[in-house]
Amino acid sequence: MSEDIVLLNSDGLRVDGRALDELRPIKIEAGVLGNADGSAYVEWGANKVLAAVYGPKEAQPKYLQDTAKAIVQVNYNMAAFSGDERVRPGPNRRATEISKITAEALENVILTNQFPRASIDVYIEVLEADAGTRCAGLTAASVAIADAGIPMIGMVAACAAGKIDGHIALDLGKKEDNFGQADMPLGYVPGTGEIVLLQMDGHMTMVEFRKAMDMAISACEQIHELQIGALRRRYAVNYADMDDGGTEQ
Amino acid sequence: MKRTIIPEIKKELIYKLAQCGCREDDRSLEDFRSISFETDVISTAEGSARLTLGKTDVLVGVKLQPGEPYPDKQDQGVLMTGCELKPMAHPGFESGAPSDESVEIARVVDRGIRESGMLDMQALCIEPGKKIWMVFLDIHVINYDGNLFDAATMASLLALHTTAVPASRFGLGEDFPLPVNLWPVTITFVKLRDILMADPTVNEELSADARFTVSVDDNGHFRAMQKGLKGSLTYDDVVRALDMAQKMSLELRTRIQTGE
Amino acid sequence: MITPFSTSGTVRCLVAIYMSEDDVQRTDRILVIPGESVGDSSLKSGMGTYRRGDEIFAAQLGIVNYRAGFVNVIPFSGKYQPKPGDSIIGLIQDAGPNSWMVDIHCPYTAFLHANETPWKVDFGTTTQYLRVGDIVLAKISQVDETRRVNITMKEQGLRKLTSGQIMRLSHTKVPRVIGKGGSMISLLKEHTGCRIFIGQNGVIWIDGELDGMVKASAAIELIDRGTHLHGLTDEVRTFLLGGTNVPDTNDVDGV
Repeated sequence: MSEDIVLLNSDGLRVDGRALDELRPIKIEAGVLGNADGSAYVEWGANKVLAAVYGPKEAQPKYLQDTAKAIVQVNYNMAAFSGDERVRPGPNRRATEISKITAEALENVILTNQFPRASIDVYIEVLEADAGTRCAGLTAASVAIADAGIPMIGMVAACAAGKIDGHIALDLGKKEDNFGQADMPLGYVPGTGEIVLLQMDGHMTMVEFRKAMDMAISACEQIHELQIGALRRRYAVNYADMDDGGTEQ
Repeated sequence: MKRTIIPEIKKELIYKLAQCGCREDDRSLEDFRSISFETDVISTAEGSARLTLGKTDVLVGVKLQPGEPYPDKQDQGVLMTGCELKPMAHPGFESGAPSDESVEIARVVDRGIRESGMLDMQALCIEPGKKIWMVFLDIHVINYDGNLFDAATMASLLALHTTAVPASRFGLGEDFPLPVNLWPVTITFVKLRDILMADPTVNEELSADARFTVSVDDNGHFRAMQKGLKGSLTYDDVVRALDMAQKMSLELRTRIQTGE
Repeated sequence: MITPFSTSGTVRCLVAIYMSEDDVQRTDRILVIPGESVGDSSLKSGMGTYRRGDEIFAAQLGIVNYRAGFVNVIPFSGKYQPKPGDSIIGLIQDAGPNSWMVDIHCPYTAFLHANETPWKVDFGTTTQYLRVGDIVLAKISQVDETRRVNITMKEQGLRKLTSGQIMRLSHTKVPRVIGKGGSMISLLKEHTGCRIFIGQNGVIWIDGELDGMVKASAAIELIDRGTHLHGLTDEVRTFLLGGTNVPDTNDVDGV
């Protein structure tokens, strides 16, 4: 909240040259790992995030089993080399919280009642971090779950909006996150309009909040298209060949 | 690693093929799988490499920061190697504290690098007795299909050879390349009953009685060794493995130096 | 809006739909993503779909298929869900005094009781018959509402498999390995001289000469990897005509 750092120039552009409602460049790839049942890789600005899914499989230890539905377990982790300072390996309070809310977001969209007593395990590995890794992680995890063929209502797309130099801005970068006035990550299911993840820290008025929310939701819709594109590309050959309509002799 | 059961008939098949000098993937006993790699893949790291050996996929990142020297090595930098067998890499890997396997891998990789002297530790001294560079080498396994020792070593060598010391970030002058030379590659064999084979897949590792890793420097000299698993090696096995490793190290080194 | 594809066949056969080359040519080949609308209330929601309000949506990534008033999504990936009567291949995971736990390549471990085997097993002697790591050919006998799975070996042909090679694929790939009217599997058998059995759980057993097994498993890997369907048979045929590095087993002296 320093007065010295200017996050928005006189032309209304941000430190990385983006407009207020502009996303960083996002690249999504599905099916990137060999052993996992489903996987995805997301590059989001300078963030690089890998997500893998194993399951459904019998939940272990047994006391975790729910006879009515599958449980969803998420492990969000930052690689030691993912930040400016080396991150000590192993869980910490931040990672535990992010894992929990990500699992809860994903439970909304997975048809867990089809797999009683099972567990769906999601691993999110942040290889390179530049603010917004929980949104990138949730976005990647959704693609990985679809890639694993796990029945779901639809994918969750996630994006943050926040406030910099008094203006509502989409998808804050690291500097904006550090020196801005608010940050609000949001997870959204474009198909149903449900909000499945929401956090906020900082300072916002009702008007600002509404604006931030609308901005984040419309970004989630764009990101959802990228998720769909990644899955279509993964099976593109399949699709193209099927369309060619030839008959096998 | 959690207990992973491999079908008995699979073990038998692997052995029968080995008796004919063959493998499940149609390699010979001394062949390595295909290697591909990319360096500078992580911009937050001072050096990094991602390497695939067959379906084994390893990511290594190097971070540097100033720290205090060890009391017995006042004028030398410090190398710290860590390895994480991420649960995303294999259903047998678990979250939580580093497993025995991951510690062994980190230590064997570390030993090959340290003992070869490829890293000039003295050049990493900033102020004797006060300030030195600490080099953190972190190995992330993201897909596991056997032979992590060699894959992690190769990726580590590539990462170290492309590392820049971030002196300017810490107000310690201009950045400079990490003072490294040499390419001490490791070659890993497993022994199935009476047969040695190089670069084992996960099924071959799970079928194996013993494992043997040897680090060979650019002069063909041995820099580190590790015998693993519950079985044993004969005197002849060891000599034969070392002999093969010397020859194979030349090709492996060329492959990662040239990318071919 | 997708036009329902006119189909023949009965509702009963819906449960058995998988994506084979044959099926794919009969559908209108629309790739769908979870959450995508696949039909309205004039249709019934079949496998791989769910209904919300008046609309039916895809629940899985796959190809949409309309048959007998149902809309289904034939998935590209996913885990096998055990169904009574299915022939499967399992891996013995644990042995108890009068039963075994069997990994049947699905989310749930299956239970095999000693009475459900071809042998008369005395209490406490199970490992004389099946040990951890053994492979069995079995059938799903029961699945309860919480997915506790029982399997049986008490039928002709069900047995312990004592040699050969084992591969694990997604069950969604089974129809491709079989091929249209069994064309792919015949091709594999013909060019490798192997016996091949494909469990409905996606576990494949191959037995024959060493070079035949290496070739057959490499060809199946090709089928598994190949996302394309059209021309796959030709590609596999070409591959099978090539050689392997495995010497003819007849030339090898016993060691």
